[in-house]
Amino acid sequence: MEYFLELFFGGLTRGSIYALLALGYTMVYGIIQLINFAHGEIYMIGAFTALIAASALSMLGLDGWSLLAIAGLAAVIYSAAYGFTLEKIAYKPLRKAPRLSPLISAIGMSIFLQNYVLLAQTSDFLSFPALIDEFPFMEDVTIIRSSELVIISVTALSTALLTIFIKFTGIGKAMRAVAQDRIMAMLLGVKVDRVISVTFIIGSALAAVGGVLISSHVGQINFYIGFIAGIKAFTAAVLGGIGSLPGAVLGGLVLGWTESFATGYVSSDYEDVFAFGLLVFILICKPSGILGRSSAEKV
Amino acid sequence: MKIMNSFLTVLVMVLSAAPVFALDTIKLGVAGAHTGDLASYGIPSLNAARLVVADRNAKGGILGKQVDILAEDDVCKPEVAANVATKLVSQDVALVLGHICSGATKAALTLYKDAGKIIMSSSATNVELTKSGVYPNFFRTISPDDAQAMLQVEFAVNTLKVKKVAIVHDKGDYGKGLAEFAKGFFGKKGVPPVLFEGITPGAVDYSAIVQKIKSSGADAVVYGGYHPEAAKIISTMKKKKMKAVFISDDGVRDDTFIKVAGKYAEGVYATGPIDTSKNAMAIEAIEKHKKTYASDPGAFYLNAYAAAICLLEAIEKAGSTDSEAISKALRGTWFDTPLGKISFDERGDALGIGFAMYQVVKGRYAEVGK
Repeated sequence: MEYFLELFFGGLTRGSIYALLALGYTMVYGIIQLINFAHGEIYMIGAFTALIAASALSMLGLDGWSLLAIAGLAAVIYSAAYGFTLEKIAYKPLRKAPRLSPLISAIGMSIFLQNYVLLAQTSDFLSFPALIDEFPFMEDVTIIRSSELVIISVTALSTALLTIFIKFTGIGKAMRAVAQDRIMAMLLGVKVDRVISVTFIIGSALAAVGGVLISSHVGQINFYIGFIAGIKAFTAAVLGGIGSLPGAVLGGLVLGWTESFATGYVSSDYEDVFAFGLLVFILICKPSGILGRSSAEKV
Repeated sequence: MKIMNSFLTVLVMVLSAAPVFALDTIKLGVAGAHTGDLASYGIPSLNAARLVVADRNAKGGILGKQVDILAEDDVCKPEVAANVATKLVSQDVALVLGHICSGATKAALTLYKDAGKIIMSSSATNVELTKSGVYPNFFRTISPDDAQAMLQVEFAVNTLKVKKVAIVHDKGDYGKGLAEFAKGFFGKKGVPPVLFEGITPGAVDYSAIVQKIKSSGADAVVYGGYHPEAAKIISTMKKKKMKAVFISDDGVRDDTFIKVAGKYAEGVYATGPIDTSKNAMAIEAIEKHKKTYASDPGAFYLNAYAAAICLLEAIEKAGSTDSEAISKALRGTWFDTPLGKISFDERGDALGIGFAMYQVVKGRYAEVGK
């Protein structure tokens, strides 16, 4: 039972990171039907920003939770700025182009950002400080570690805040309206450009949160970490039903658990086989994902 | 004109062949890739042989005779290597330094064996060449592919007294290959691994596999792969307060590993090549290459240098070019070479070269055994 619980929380932790990233994919897809392949890079840039900020701040003598909070905030702001700029430079000019063009532009931005960080920072792996302190009361608990607890809690909190934001604020309503029918929303006076920018900012901020948390948890980063995490999170978004926010979270968790249990009870050799096998199975049974709505093509 | 040409050709042939027959010399065949895309592996060996031989000849040669080099190019292709071997045997070489690639070496070996010629390779690492026991005429001055795994297993079983071992690898050629050798050796030592699994490099975290290692009760983890994943695994293990020792390979015996894993790297074992950078003969050999060829020596240069020294010394020791006497000399003598003091075991593998076990002590790798 203890083994099961350990795998459960391990999978939940990994799934939470996938979920934070998958939210960004699914929001962008919901609003402008674009798969933002550069999203993983935003996550990586968030982690790098936090590392730089944390190094500078610890030189000033800061530590513990204040360090995590300030470094995390720096990462969120910086990544959000990147997300905002990314959309303005790479996607906005292509909004009326055929759908393949922004997709290629996204892949290009992904490669560009990876190499930019490679050149501006380093190709080496860097040690990432453990920003999350061990809780004293967790001393004797073996099934879950403090940093895992923090990752799961922060993800739950972010998801809750995002839900409130989408449901109850004006801009949240505008986002839903644009997602349903962009042209109609525009005719009714919704500032579509602003809505799209806000979507990118929120998605990037969530990715940065994920990047900071997981880097602190595993203790290392390099310029390439966004790629695999991005692919997995995209898988999670598709699994849960792309365009659906609860679907993205659910997809992330299901993917995390599948990987964790496949490793724990079968073999880590087959971790990816199970993860993608599940994806194929669900898409066969439910082509629009677990919580996806199969909507008729708008005419 | 045509007649003139063929006459010249014959003349040239006779002249160029003449010294070989006229003078009583000891002929050393040097075979390997000297052209083609693998030449960068073969040329350093040829250069090494030339330098060693020139050195020796200047000191009066061996047994009063000068040494001649017969260089033959096998372009690392087995079918060409067989031709090269036939040619060298027909020219009655005393010994052969080569070949370079394992495949080519294997193809040529039978021919040398039938002719009773000794051959020594500086770069053929295929395990079967020595372990199969089929080629008593084969020697090498490089460790076989499984040497690291062998060292890891011996160290784990004999020194650390490990009872239960988990083997993890990164599914790559290098990591998985080592892990499979280690698995085999552990089995032979009576410590069958309780876990043998591959992980996906670059995954977000490795908590599930670490959990699995923990529940398997292993007191040692042998990891085949590179340092980024090793750093993630060891830090996860330490954070989960696991006591199992971590043993890895020269992909991890890298200062970046210590830098990334930080305090969690402390106590980790890793095998790595024995350090020859402070060996006076090695420094001298490299200097000579730079002076003669105006470039840095390439791959396997020191191995070939050592091989050439061993071969020539062995003739001196044996007092003749008789194969039996030479192989006896090779097995029974410790030679001073740029790789340190080396000798050869029954199967032809060099003793005293290859890998050592290192451990991270106070943030640095320190040698803890050979």
